[in-house]
Amino acid sequence: MQPDTAHAGTRSENRFRAESGAPALTAASRRGWRIAAFARDRAAFAAALFLLLIAGLALLAPFISPYDPAAADNLLRYAPPGTAGHLLGTDAQGRDMLSRLFWGGRVSLTVGVVPVMLASAVGLLLGLLAGTAGGWTDQVIMRTLDVLFAFPMVLLAIAIAGVLRPGLWTEIIAIAVVLIPYVGRLARTATLSVASMPFIEAARAAGATRTALLLRYVTPGVLPPLLVYATTLIGLMIVVGSGLSFLGLGVQPPASDWGAMVSEGRVVLRRAPHATVLPGLVIVVVSLAFSFLGDGLRDALDPRSRRR
Amino acid sequence: MRGFLVRRLAALVPVLVGVSIVIFLLMHLAPGDVTTVLLGPQATEADRVALRRTLGLDRPVPVQYARWVARVAEGDLGTSIATSRPVATLILPRFLNTALLTATSLALAVMIGYGAGLLAALRHRSVLDRVLTGFTLLLGSTPPFWLGLVLVLFFALRLHWLPVSGMTDMAGEGGALDVARHLVLPTVTTALGPAAIITRLVRSSVLEAMGRPHVRVARAKGLGRGALLWRHVILNALPPIMTITGLQLGYLLGGALFSEVVFAWPGLGSLLYDSITARDTPVVQAATLLIALLFVMVNILVDLVNAALDPRLKES
Amino acid sequence: MDVPRLPEFDDVVLEVKDLVTVVTVAGKEVRLVDRVSLALRRGHTTAIVGESGSGKTMTAMSLLRLLEPPVRVASGTVRYLGQDLLALTERQMADVRGARIAMVFQDPLTSLNPVLRIGFQIAETLRAHRKMTRAEAEHRAVELLRRVGVPDPETRAMDYPHHFSGGMRQRVLIASAISCDPEVIIADEPTTALDVTVQAKILHLLDDLRQETKASLLLITHDLGVVAAMADDVAVMYAGRVVEQADVDTLFHAPRHPYTRALLTCAINLEDDRHSVLEPIPGAPPDPAQRPSGCPFHPRCPDAVPDCRRIDPPLEAVSRRQSVACIVVQRAMADA
Repeated sequence: MQPDTAHAGTRSENRFRAESGAPALTAASRRGWRIAAFARDRAAFAAALFLLLIAGLALLAPFISPYDPAAADNLLRYAPPGTAGHLLGTDAQGRDMLSRLFWGGRVSLTVGVVPVMLASAVGLLLGLLAGTAGGWTDQVIMRTLDVLFAFPMVLLAIAIAGVLRPGLWTEIIAIAVVLIPYVGRLARTATLSVASMPFIEAARAAGATRTALLLRYVTPGVLPPLLVYATTLIGLMIVVGSGLSFLGLGVQPPASDWGAMVSEGRVVLRRAPHATVLPGLVIVVVSLAFSFLGDGLRDALDPRSRRR
Repeated sequence: MRGFLVRRLAALVPVLVGVSIVIFLLMHLAPGDVTTVLLGPQATEADRVALRRTLGLDRPVPVQYARWVARVAEGDLGTSIATSRPVATLILPRFLNTALLTATSLALAVMIGYGAGLLAALRHRSVLDRVLTGFTLLLGSTPPFWLGLVLVLFFALRLHWLPVSGMTDMAGEGGALDVARHLVLPTVTTALGPAAIITRLVRSSVLEAMGRPHVRVARAKGLGRGALLWRHVILNALPPIMTITGLQLGYLLGGALFSEVVFAWPGLGSLLYDSITARDTPVVQAATLLIALLFVMVNILVDLVNAALDPRLKES
Repeated sequence: MDVPRLPEFDDVVLEVKDLVTVVTVAGKEVRLVDRVSLALRRGHTTAIVGESGSGKTMTAMSLLRLLEPPVRVASGTVRYLGQDLLALTERQMADVRGARIAMVFQDPLTSLNPVLRIGFQIAETLRAHRKMTRAEAEHRAVELLRRVGVPDPETRAMDYPHHFSGGMRQRVLIASAISCDPEVIIADEPTTALDVTVQAKILHLLDDLRQETKASLLLITHDLGVVAAMADDVAVMYAGRVVEQADVDTLFHAPRHPYTRALLTCAINLEDDRHSVLEPIPGAPPDPAQRPSGCPFHPRCPDAVPDCRRIDPPLEAVSRRQSVACIVVQRAMADA
């Protein structure tokens, strides 16, 4: 539920076991490492496929949904999964769960992806600026971000979303604003670390201009960790976004997303738990998949990261 | 050490100013007119203008901000628009309830997190380690409000072991035991997410500290496993652990909101939520300010603890 | 472990026989230390010299059983005063470490716990092995600091590691190592990470201590100058094995193994003759996982014969004071 700047990539840590004295990367150990990495990559690969499937289902929701997600059927209210014609049952108003999950996915995925993209763009710019310009610019930017860091993230998102009119864009803006400091800080750290590497000095000595340095040398070094972080963030923001929807701050009825579905299912929790449990499970699984994907990306983009 | 503290507190001031500005602006940029909310759509324009003047909304924004800050500094948090009661009297009891929930949740999260994390690090690569890591990953991806509902489903609705919601039984006589029973599910719900994060971080921090050269040197000195673990590994692994614990406390202050909503726990979070939807500006401002202030103080406390642990930080 | 102290007339303190240390990688076992044998004599300095990756540090770590999975000792014996250390339990081994056999590591900048005071870290060793109160141990720690040349030891003992320079930190580590009067001191490249000006002082200190305490010093280094200055006996390691063993004079004046000769040629060129051509040894040391067949040095050896590819030469004595692992040398000796 929280972006963790210290450990972007939730599943595995870098454990450089130099202390055992084992030779760092002999050919045999490289082979062994690649095998383990591939096993992990398979998880990442599977996750990627799964996410593509989910995205596809969401996109194609208008065509593949067996029912209109808003079509209430009074005779078939809170039907359990497996009822004839309703694979995953119906909710408190008799609406088909499967169709609602498809349609809800459109919103939930959007709320996961779009804010992260927006925040990444802004955060990257801020981070690059702060990291390369240094001095006053750096101070001003970081102090401003510090102000946003003073609020617990979810709380601020709720406050922002609560203050604007409920809707899809409200959720997107609220989450994007709250994410900017996190991405910005990561981008700045990455920029500082890349900019201090010897190859930058070498490029400067060879006569590269400041713009060229920034665009062609520094940015490509900052992008990989940013990409890994953003991927993991998407998973987390799907959860946060569902929280906002649960509180009624997101899309309004008749439109719905997974978080809102959990909220709607609450009234029939005793009699029809599936109405609450199913959307939540979907959130968990999709968020997990993004975590696996993020880890896989990190392994792919940083050849020096070793397995635990 | 004192210099360190003074420096940190000094750095606090601009942050607090920024925080207050953000909070203030937040409510003022909100679309919709509070006078409509208060007076209803039937009100005349004259009534609205009069109300605006009464509420001080006709002044320029920076002036309104200054007046608000001045009042807060004096301890006047304003009057709730929805209930017409002083905000302070509204907030205080709710804050205490949230403090109770936060305290128990943090305690639970820390117990689980430190214990499981240390165990996983010591039994690195074992089955236990993998299972724990899997769990932390799972919990990290779980929406807390959904988790709460699932727990309610099992423990309250199906098994009838625990109450469904609220802080006390309506019918019962109250008392500590009653509150304790009502506290269980909200605490578990609130604690599990942070517990997962803490576990993961403790594990990685301890593993990292275990791999540092001075640990090997200490082992070569013939030190016993206990001394080795405590003085050479854990003491060095603590700073990031302290930091994350502080962060979790901050999260709990805000994130307990979901638990409070799901379990109808009468705390600051649910008050905040109700006030946001009711556009009760003074309450939202005061509550958010309080939470932000607490969060910042916790972070300073964490910095102090870390400085006390690592002599190098004290001098920086 | 209750090990009797050294009887006066027994010379060999630590005897290593056919030590094999392996690392398990991708299911396969790779030898990092390949049948190494050594004998450390009381009061003498034995040097192990070789390039990075030759297995010298691994050997030292194996002696004190400081290895962690997936690295482990596969076979061999390490006899300290008659007791095979490899057969001891971890608890018994902890009694040996720091008290009877002490080690000084390579990088003083990372070898001290940053959150504990210097005096405490020395006292720690003392209290782990002797019955002493805090006060007694700290007092003794100050004396040790004085002995290793740290100025103003009473005050400095209260400082933290980051207040010390690299050279001073190494002195502290040495103080900790000698605190319990060990019979063997292992120094793994003790000066490599230090400034040149400080290196000589530290080596001098180690030599002094050895003479004073009659401890046996096992010095691991890649620097032939250090070997020449400090060592009594030398073992040259390559690809995890000892390829030549001799006393220091013989090694420098009559080296037999082609690798040793090449090493000496490199060193001498750098020191003496500015105009002579640098003669590096062509190629690079082999990856332990992909060791050449037969003699591991044969791909780079100027004296290699076809048999070198087939036969793995054992370390054999060519005189009372010198052993060499090279079939060409051994055959030449046999013919003579």
